[in-house]
Amino acid sequence: MAVFTTLSQAIADGVRDGHTIALEGFTHLIPFAAGHEIIRQQRRNLTLIRMTPDLIYDQLVGAGCVSKLVFSWGGNPGVGSLHRVRDAIEHSYPRPVEIEEHSHAAMANAYEAGASGLPMAVFRGYVGSDLKDVNPNIKTIFCPFTGEELAAVPAIKPDIGIIHAQKADKAGNVLLEGIVGVQKEVALSSRHCIVTVEEIVDDLGAGPNSCVLPAWSVDAIATVPGGASPSYAQGYYPRNNSYYKEWDGISRSRETFNKWLDEQVFNGDAL
Amino acid sequence: MSTEQYSAAEMMTITAARALHNGSTCFVGIGLPSEAANLARLSHAPDITLIYESGTIETKPRVLPLSIGDGELCESALTTVSVPEMFRYWLQGGHIDVGFLGTAQIDRYANLNTTVIAANHPAEGADGAHSYANPKVRLPGGGGAPEISTNAKEVIVTLKHSVRTFVKDVDFVTTLGFGRDGQARRGRKTIGKGPVMVITDLCILRPEPETNELIVVSLHPGVTREQVTEATGWDVRFADALQTTDLPSQREIEVLRELKRVTAEAHNKTESA
Repeated sequence: MAVFTTLSQAIADGVRDGHTIALEGFTHLIPFAAGHEIIRQQRRNLTLIRMTPDLIYDQLVGAGCVSKLVFSWGGNPGVGSLHRVRDAIEHSYPRPVEIEEHSHAAMANAYEAGASGLPMAVFRGYVGSDLKDVNPNIKTIFCPFTGEELAAVPAIKPDIGIIHAQKADKAGNVLLEGIVGVQKEVALSSRHCIVTVEEIVDDLGAGPNSCVLPAWSVDAIATVPGGASPSYAQGYYPRNNSYYKEWDGISRSRETFNKWLDEQVFNGDAL
Repeated sequence: MSTEQYSAAEMMTITAARALHNGSTCFVGIGLPSEAANLARLSHAPDITLIYESGTIETKPRVLPLSIGDGELCESALTTVSVPEMFRYWLQGGHIDVGFLGTAQIDRYANLNTTVIAANHPAEGADGAHSYANPKVRLPGGGGAPEISTNAKEVIVTLKHSVRTFVKDVDFVTTLGFGRDGQARRGRKTIGKGPVMVITDLCILRPEPETNELIVVSLHPGVTREQVTEATGWDVRFADALQTTDLPSQREIEVLRELKRVTAEAHNKTESA
């Protein structure tokens, strides 16, 4: 059952060194504030799962929190590379990071399998792709009915799932609207789910087919207005595209990144 | 239209847009494909259905998205579904006519590499030092492309033409074209037919029947065979009936420039609340 708490308490209670954590949000509703709090609490040796590790994982990797990344597309969308992730992969700075690389279809299916309580996902994928040769978690199986060759990957079952949503009601039911990505699957596949929301309301105003997570399906809720910025929260604030462009300069060198970390996350205004 | 000046990049986008048919369903990659797909929608193909992997179906963005999940895509869409539903039902389920992809590298069998530049080929000065685990350049990865390429009924690819992008064999097959021997799709009845056209800033290429090797079928106006040969990392062949691509029309150029103008304006002023 959902407990209302602060973000720092939610991270302190939930996230341990060595945990496997999924912070999701497909461009929209990315839980940036929660990522910054993990950096502030200096968690280490995390395995981070995310389909599109963009700025938030660049920050967590650059801050030295991460020992392994599971992902399917790693970049700053429309801008370029993740310089901190590349520095970690190519030069082991600030520490070595192991990677497990998939396609989007594989990860979406693996989250769904995790939410479904299955051990693996089956889909028509990776046909002719060399990713099968470099990721031992991609296997080939044959349909027992038709004989068709299909791909299988293990279900994703994180220790901690972290998502950002527009709102929760006072009972702790959560509503997500817009591009909902894989967030419902993250909430249901994780052992412990932390949700940050823009606001708490009396009535969610949810239609019958809305993406609602009942209070008993999440564990902790913290109100963090702006908690997805520089990503966006539909109905609240737009994506800060110029920040994504500026990040390229901030993250390009170790010095400018560490300065940003010190001034914004540890001692500054970053949520 | 004949005297209007246009750039090679505009020629590429306009030619790529023309490859999309009105009424088709198109799964759109970010970047060049997105620009061309929206130009198609705003010019000759008003009833094209654009679908992005973030889950937006029948989206009609006013400005080009910077990312695959900009709010504009959702707000202007008929409906937005979850990412698992997008990949399972709509793509794998067989509802996509055309997958429209960009890439960092393509080879003569239209295999795409967006994973690593490893320089394992002698022509690129291979020294054996680079590999997947120790890449020369780490690229973003596959994203949606590996399954778009095999689950869409057909695929169109667009990218700029150079010896760095057009290589004889890609360093890494992220996304299947026709495989290392050109025959990887043969006998596989449950996947699409693969790349049917590659559009660059110099020309249009298509896979040759049987061999599936990409050959040049049309040169853009003013482009020579020598230019294409010099920009291609294999001994590229030209179709017997080599065509010249139609010039951009005045209207195509105007619509494209207006789209890019409003996009630049929107992206430069965006601030968070």
